[in-house]
Amino acid sequence: MQEASLTTRDVTVRLFRAGRGRMLIFLHGAAGLPGWIPFFEQLSTKYEVLAPEHPGFGTSANPPWIRNVADVAMYYLDVLDSLNAQKVHLVGNSLGGWIAAEAAVRNCTRLASLSLIAPAGVRVKGVPMGDNFIWSPQESAQNLFYDRSFSERMLEQAPSEKEAEIQLINRFAAARLGWEPRWFNPALERWLHRIEVPTLVLWGDNDKFLPRQYAEVWQKNVPQVTVDVIPQCGHLPHVEKAELTARKILAFVDRH
Amino acid sequence: MPYRPLDMAERAKQRSAWVVLPNRLYDPKRGADEYESYIGQLVYAEELGFDVISVNEHHQTAYGMMPAPNLIASALIQRTKRVKIAILGRALPLVNNPVWIAEEFSMLDNLSRGRIIAGFVRGIGTEYHATGLNPAFSQERFQEAHDLIVAAWTRPGPFEFEGEHYNFRYVNLWPRPYQTPHPPIWIPSQGSSETIRWASHPARKYPFLITFSAQDLVVRYLEMYREEARKHGYEADGNQLGWAVPIYVADSDERARAEAARAIESLFNDYLNNPWEMLLPPGYMSLSSMQRTMKVRKSLGTQARRQTIDDLMTSGTAIIGSPKTVRERIKRVREATGFNRLVTMLQFGVLPDELTRRNMEMFAAEVMPHLRRG
Repeated sequence: MQEASLTTRDVTVRLFRAGRGRMLIFLHGAAGLPGWIPFFEQLSTKYEVLAPEHPGFGTSANPPWIRNVADVAMYYLDVLDSLNAQKVHLVGNSLGGWIAAEAAVRNCTRLASLSLIAPAGVRVKGVPMGDNFIWSPQESAQNLFYDRSFSERMLEQAPSEKEAEIQLINRFAAARLGWEPRWFNPALERWLHRIEVPTLVLWGDNDKFLPRQYAEVWQKNVPQVTVDVIPQCGHLPHVEKAELTARKILAFVDRH
Repeated sequence: MPYRPLDMAERAKQRSAWVVLPNRLYDPKRGADEYESYIGQLVYAEELGFDVISVNEHHQTAYGMMPAPNLIASALIQRTKRVKIAILGRALPLVNNPVWIAEEFSMLDNLSRGRIIAGFVRGIGTEYHATGLNPAFSQERFQEAHDLIVAAWTRPGPFEFEGEHYNFRYVNLWPRPYQTPHPPIWIPSQGSSETIRWASHPARKYPFLITFSAQDLVVRYLEMYREEARKHGYEADGNQLGWAVPIYVADSDERARAEAARAIESLFNDYLNNPWEMLLPPGYMSLSSMQRTMKVRKSLGTQARRQTIDDLMTSGTAIIGSPKTVRERIKRVREATGFNRLVTMLQFGVLPDELTRRNMEMFAAEVMPHLRRG
């Protein structure tokens, strides 16, 4: 794996890059770019995986003109243009899934497929999301996973000063993009029909942040959609069920 | 203006007395008594010779019963003659039309024939949970709303306002403010450096009131204001520096301590204590301010244990004692900072009406005259 940077227009972001083959881009969630996790490793056995850290997150640049998710989506369309990417597989979790969907409803010409892992971006009335901004670190750890051993491990890992600072930066970036309206764009649902590429929607059956019922909105509105629910799994299937999730995504993208 | 009949056992089951505290714990009949008691105390302050009485705004909390402080200010105008009335303050970023705030202050200024002091705040962090407003844009909205309100007060209307968050084709205030050019503006704050820098700017020179802080922080933040003023090329006047602090005075130190203990401890532990997630939502302060605040803030925010009256007295977060003790405490901070505006919180936490009034009387008789002499 190569840790690199990527400059598009005047914005430089941090990036993990590994593997050879067709390009697969992963867009991370609100907690920021994780390390080089086994999920990435598995995808990179067959694809060239690019995992950028969004503008405003971690050590990536934080341009003042990125003020909402639409700005980030447009930024990634610029990234695809500057890479001259052809037939990319775009994968995103939570906030990253939302960004991917906002990009796809605007322009699918450089995409081969879309894989959304518990994406934010839409709201189901009467089925409240979890309030990640009010949760204590303990509540977050408990609510993000089904398997308590993951929660415990998350809590045991006391962050270094640098890591704590990165976490705070990521919280700032996430709030700017997702605080209001909380984790959704009221307009997105009515434009989901514009996603013209095959789309896989994966959801943890026990997601306490974005409940599984949210998958129904994607099922109903995205034309070429496959919804797959992963049992005994929380909001981060690529972490909690890494092997299975990677296998499902590989099987899907291999076909497109 | 805390809701004193709060069931503290029920309160203890919640993470905060703000936003998530179930409102079944509010009894309207007792609440009506509370309003009567507090308005009576504020009116009594005029009789005792206070210069200013003040109200403030907080949302969805047992800590304060004034989500709309202008309503209380309006009632106070009708029951007082001379005293200034400070609204400390309205939370500007929380509204989508700041012209309403300009209009309401203007009305109050007319109704009181120029007795209004306009406090501008951003609200505390919990307000952003209560309203859903994005804390990332709090500072921007505050400054832009301020510009709009001052323009509405001073620029001949109608005019057009073109901002980032606020855009209005017509701004044309009826009524215009009674005072010229407009009511004085004060800035209460828990001391974010952005706010201090902004308030001290030569174009504004707004009095800055540091609230709910240990004495070393009070000194530090008031000194920060002076520093910023110097960077702008002027020396801050004592009237630009203020301290808002809970005070309790009784004949002796022992009596003051005994009478104030339960109330001051309830204020900091039951009413004000908030987890970081609620108190400092991301973006509410700049990254560097937030990191600094999380390190230095002991009186607010998550506490490992309950703060005792001794903790609060030792840190100087509250001033409790005989007239002599209280005078000396205030004098010490005054000597260190040269501040000229003291906002006395003479009712706090569950302090009952009778003790509050006695506290006010003692303060007015035994402390205030000494402060006036400087």
